[in-house]
Amino acid sequence: MIKIRIQSEAFNIENEIKEISRSKLNGATVSFIGSVRDLKSENLKNLEIEHFPKMAEKVLEKTAQYAFKNWNLSQCIIIHRYGKLKIADPIVLIITSSPHRKEAFKANEYIIDFLKTNAPFWKKENTEKRSYWVNQKN
Amino acid sequence: MKLLYFAKIREILGRSDETISLPPNILSAGDLIDYLMDLDDIYKTAFSDKRFFIAVDEEFVEMDFIIKNSKEIAIFPPVTGG
Repeated sequence: MIKIRIQSEAFNIENEIKEISRSKLNGATVSFIGSVRDLKSENLKNLEIEHFPKMAEKVLEKTAQYAFKNWNLSQCIIIHRYGKLKIADPIVLIITSSPHRKEAFKANEYIIDFLKTNAPFWKKENTEKRSYWVNQKN
Repeated sequence: MKLLYFAKIREILGRSDETISLPPNILSAGDLIDYLMDLDDIYKTAFSDKRFFIAVDEEFVEMDFIIKNSKEIAIFPPVTGG
């Protein structure tokens, strides 16, 4: 099962994990949560996430499908938020389940790495002093 | 042909999309960028640092991709999601 959601509202991690751990094939479930942080200490007011809806959906779906096949996953959930978020708000949730833990870990890392350089989302940080678009890191 | 802009490029251009008719000698994605940059200085500002990607019908393409029959072309800065 693959589930992709792009939404502005917060997600409930517990509910998502509950849903995924019901399958008898899930020997291992790995979850990754990416959240808003303020590393520059400029008093981040909020983080705005813009996206290209149609393409974002396609990229997440394809990424999940590739990971599903390549690491023999039994379930995969990707949820990515857009809109205005505050410090510590969760942005992205990736849950991967497989019969064995190694595949679940590897698939999860692959998905977040691939998503960061290929999924059309853009972050803009609004601090007390200025607003700026975040630059891509490796 | 519809052009879509996102993030910093959208802000510089002051619009999120526009519809344009291209002259017949504009064949590739690279031609399109050159054409726009010649058209108005605002595009030069938007594309001059060469930090942008092009997606045709929601798929990433290279600059030599032939866009002649494409319906929708998105131009945007490097992505920063996740």
